[in-house]
Amino acid sequence: MQRIREILSGWLREGQADRVLGWKKGELPGMREPAFFHTEKELEELVYDRFCGPNLSKFLIAAGEKPGVTAVLVKPCDSYSLNELIRENRVRREQVRILGVPCKGNVDPRALEGKGVLAVREEEEQLMLSTLYGEEILPLSQVLLERCRVCRGKKHAVYDELLDPGQEEGPAGADRFAEVARLENMTEEERYAFWQGEFSRCIRCNACRNACPACNCRVCVFDGPAFDSSQKANAVPFEESMFHIVRAFHVAGRCTDCGECSRVCPQRIPLHLLNRKFIRDIDTLYGPYQAGEKDTGRSPLTDFTTGDCEPGAWEGA
Amino acid sequence: MQRIGVFVCHCGSNIAATVDVEKVVQAARGVPGVVCAQDYRYMCSQAGQDLIRCAIREEKLTGVVVCSCSPRMHEATFRRAAEQEGLNPYLVEIANIREQCSWIHKDRDQATAKAIVLMRAAVEKVRRDQPLTAGKSGVVKRALVIGGGIAGLSTALDVAGAGFEVDIVEKEPSIGGKMAQLDKTFPTLDCSACILTPKMVEASQNENIHLYTYSEVEEVSGFVGNFTVTIRKKARFVDETRCTGCGVCMEKCPSKKAKNEFNCGLNTRSAIYIPFAQAIPNVPVIDTENCIKMKTGKCGICQKNCAAGAIDYTQKDERITREYGAIVAATGFQPIGLQAFGEYGYDRYPDVITSLELERLMNAAGPTGGELRCPSDGRKPKEIVFVQCVGSRGQSCRDKSYCSKICCMYTAKHAMLIRDHWPEMNVHVMYIDVRTPGKNFDEFYRRAAEEYGVDYIKGQVGKVYEQDGRLKVQASDLLDDRQLLLNADLVVLAAAIEPSPTARKLATMLTASMDTNDFFTEAHPKLRPVESPTAGIFLSGVCQGPKDIPETVAQAGAAAAKVIGLLSKKELTANACTAQPDEGRCNGCGECEKVCPYGAISYEEKEMRVPGKTEKRRVARINTALCQGCGACTVACPSGVMDLLGFSNRQILSEVDAICR
Repeated sequence: MQRIREILSGWLREGQADRVLGWKKGELPGMREPAFFHTEKELEELVYDRFCGPNLSKFLIAAGEKPGVTAVLVKPCDSYSLNELIRENRVRREQVRILGVPCKGNVDPRALEGKGVLAVREEEEQLMLSTLYGEEILPLSQVLLERCRVCRGKKHAVYDELLDPGQEEGPAGADRFAEVARLENMTEEERYAFWQGEFSRCIRCNACRNACPACNCRVCVFDGPAFDSSQKANAVPFEESMFHIVRAFHVAGRCTDCGECSRVCPQRIPLHLLNRKFIRDIDTLYGPYQAGEKDTGRSPLTDFTTGDCEPGAWEGA
Repeated sequence: MQRIGVFVCHCGSNIAATVDVEKVVQAARGVPGVVCAQDYRYMCSQAGQDLIRCAIREEKLTGVVVCSCSPRMHEATFRRAAEQEGLNPYLVEIANIREQCSWIHKDRDQATAKAIVLMRAAVEKVRRDQPLTAGKSGVVKRALVIGGGIAGLSTALDVAGAGFEVDIVEKEPSIGGKMAQLDKTFPTLDCSACILTPKMVEASQNENIHLYTYSEVEEVSGFVGNFTVTIRKKARFVDETRCTGCGVCMEKCPSKKAKNEFNCGLNTRSAIYIPFAQAIPNVPVIDTENCIKMKTGKCGICQKNCAAGAIDYTQKDERITREYGAIVAATGFQPIGLQAFGEYGYDRYPDVITSLELERLMNAAGPTGGELRCPSDGRKPKEIVFVQCVGSRGQSCRDKSYCSKICCMYTAKHAMLIRDHWPEMNVHVMYIDVRTPGKNFDEFYRRAAEEYGVDYIKGQVGKVYEQDGRLKVQASDLLDDRQLLLNADLVVLAAAIEPSPTARKLATMLTASMDTNDFFTEAHPKLRPVESPTAGIFLSGVCQGPKDIPETVAQAGAAAAKVIGLLSKKELTANACTAQPDEGRCNGCGECEKVCPYGAISYEEKEMRVPGKTEKRRVARINTALCQGCGACTVACPSGVMDLLGFSNRQILSEVDAICR
């Protein structure tokens, strides 16, 4: 932590950055929120620990409208989101200075919900909780976010400086497509029932859309007058499904699988599975592709080569 | 207030027999905004068009819907009529109630209901149409012909004869194609080389024709009148400007074991080679797989012996980019591989050959100097069995479903020539049908059977096998209803023909459509047989479907006429239905630019007023002169900001609404 502050203070001091985008403590124990820091003094409030879930890259779009350079802390998986935004010209590379921070996996704050937590600290792969009802110990392995349990790896796609270059080769997690495969193996009726069950809980709070780094349209199609279901009571029970399916289509080929959609969903809908299904299909049809790995070039869905498979023929084969 | 007119065509009985036209008219009258609705027997006739023009004039129409045939057929007709009356032509929409309704349905009530729905959808579209103006684009006065066989050469010569420049791209080291390999041609039996070679020479000497041999098309972009093509000229390792074609290099080359492709692998050639004596250009190429110098770095004999100093082992592939107004596909064919036809023993017995191999065996310049010999031991065959339809007209997955069209006639030719030269040889032809439509074709076949005593047997061959060192052909004679076991010294298989395997890749580059057999599709099978549905792409020869030489040359000429017609135009009417971004919502992500096949999209930094301030934003900009209205950008745009004039998202959704209502 101290080193992070030193590096960032140095950047501010030397004029390499005009502000820092990082995390600070939120209202409740274990809550971290994105924040801008402009001075060395303000940086004292900066925190980086295993509760720093929020992916900061999307904030750089708005930060880009301010003059100067924004320094930003990125975890390995966030770096793909940021790189994808650079590829899409939504963030200008020269307007950001990136400090790649290592990540050992984020704690799912929901694991603390309902326990009356007063304070929390991390100790040797364990969370020590002081609650209204006494002390409690939780093994960290049990409270990680889904995305961290299936971690893709510890490598940063883009950075100016790495806090711990040694950590880049860290281990990957479990197979992230196992759950997608399970859904694929369902009958159509079962799958429909599964998703209708999940989506029926949706309250259209738009948290998934607002957190998603790929959802960065100036005016969202769901907010426009042309789409007549915006922010209104359902006309048909399929409407939430429609919203999420359309959203998944809109980010297909650009979604880096950062998992923010599911992390922020107050209703705990596993939204990332929709995007992951797209990723898996793209991998199968066009070969392995990781959005955000490169800051130039085309995604398989907006590229055409004579070697492309023809999905109709593919299914028939 | 919109004033829309709906005009319903009977198309004789084509529509009226299945769709109750009167009911469609009644329904149209009930649609808000429709001020007049009429039907007529033939709307495309002069009287029908006058009806529309009169209504535009008297009813002051702001939009027209014609319920008729496909817009491919008569959209232009009706738009022209509207334009003559002062109505913007893009305010005319077609509801296709023929191809998409009356022709495909039998039930009159259901077809009528569907016609009404299609009419309503078109009314909704026209309601949201806006007047458009088409720009103009130029025409590059140069044509590209892909393939240097008889088809490509004929097209190129005709186009060049009209005064336009033509480039021919041929993937082989010489032009000439399959015809160069043939011995004689039916039905006149003139020597193939004798009639082809002058055409080849003419093409090479014509100042309007430029040959790119040993070259392939690598990339195509652009659109009708303005294609940009990258041609890869493969390294020959011989400098064409220096080589005199003396042939010393070939004589001296120590590597002489390469399969001679021109002779269908029946003999060998040197690693540096000219495919055949009359090749154009008469310049060798080095086959890198067999060249000792290329493989080991040691040798260089050809270079030492070349007096002209033309050999250059360091030569690299060269890329040439040129612009063309029109492109002709003339990629030709090949006989199918016979691996899947084990019963004929082609892979097992050297004396089972294909008809193309027989051409080489009977050719004076072939491996046997024109003496018909069995490839196995060089003896003179006594019994020859021809097997027809090998892989043609079949139902199984190894077969082609179509008739290869040329085999009946070339087999009659082979049989006749053999009986004429070597009357002691017996010739049997196993056939399903003998198909001889064509001028002097049936007479030719009858001469083979009646005058030359060729033994035609209706029936198919079940098996070819070897017994006691002799080939046996097991077959059935369907007319006599008996099983046959024929002795054979030589078995000749009439292998089906298929499009060149390079055609599919080319079709993808040209965005030209193909059928399931990989033959190029015509714009209309009867009325536009030499044009691809893709504007500016024309079809010549077997790449469009099986053809013999006379037909190929005729079609090549037709394609040339179409090319000349296009290149003669001063300018072309550009597409009016261009893409249009909503700049206020564009986030400049760049996806549309990446998918645009015409390079019509770029980006600009634009000052935009937003509440409280002015902002500089990167937004998409369309070059409407280049935009062809393909719509790729409209679906690629993640924000749904890109629209296509004349096919806007709102229009399409309101059509869908009208259909679902």
